[in-house]
Amino acid sequence: MKKENISILLTSEKLNIQTCYDFVQDSSCGGIALFVGTVRNLTKEKEVTQLDFSSYGPMAEKEMQKIAAQALEKFDILKIAIHHVEGELNIGDIPVIIAVSAPHRKAAFAACQFAIDTLKETVPIWKKEHFTDGEVWVNSTP
Amino acid sequence: MKVTILLFGIVRDIVQSGSISLESDSISTVASLKTLLFEKYSKLKTYSNFSIAVNEEYVEDSYVLKNNDTVAIIPPVSGG
Repeated sequence: MKKENISILLTSEKLNIQTCYDFVQDSSCGGIALFVGTVRNLTKEKEVTQLDFSSYGPMAEKEMQKIAAQALEKFDILKIAIHHVEGELNIGDIPVIIAVSAPHRKAAFAACQFAIDTLKETVPIWKKEHFTDGEVWVNSTP
Repeated sequence: MKVTILLFGIVRDIVQSGSISLESDSISTVASLKTLLFEKYSKLKTYSNFSIAVNEEYVEDSYVLKNNDTVAIIPPVSGG
């Protein structure tokens, strides 16, 4: 596993799809899988007005790094980028991008899915949904 | 023993602080710290499905804490 094949970013700036694409692109690869998360306007039929992401920054970066390293070990892929945003986002904005390059598409798809699924389980980032009539920490109902 | 406790998400809202410092002779394992926290902040019991990280790594309840450890309360994450 080579560290130069991993790009991890947790930022309050706008995410850039091209940056992720350019990082993983390589002449030895036959495909790139790209997952782009986008802020949805509805949750359980309630209108969402805004999202707010907060994180335990240093640990979140470590956990994202772990996921990337595991993906490189488990799947036949060349490079992986995992970028996530913190702060306030509006409908349609991009909270997360995962890009994976591989010699063959199957591994790229599988690694991309593994990375986003694991991120949603382990990386200490929290989303607060703002509605017209209040706000809720997602996943936090007792 | 003294530990720093970082709070996030809903737990931060409940305790109304992002960081607390706790000093007690009864702190040994993560489980003992949880007991102490539930005594001090009874509202936390309602949200007890949180994980614990020590010095930025997830740990189990049996983990033995050391003086000056940084403990983080990690409510169910919702990134992505």
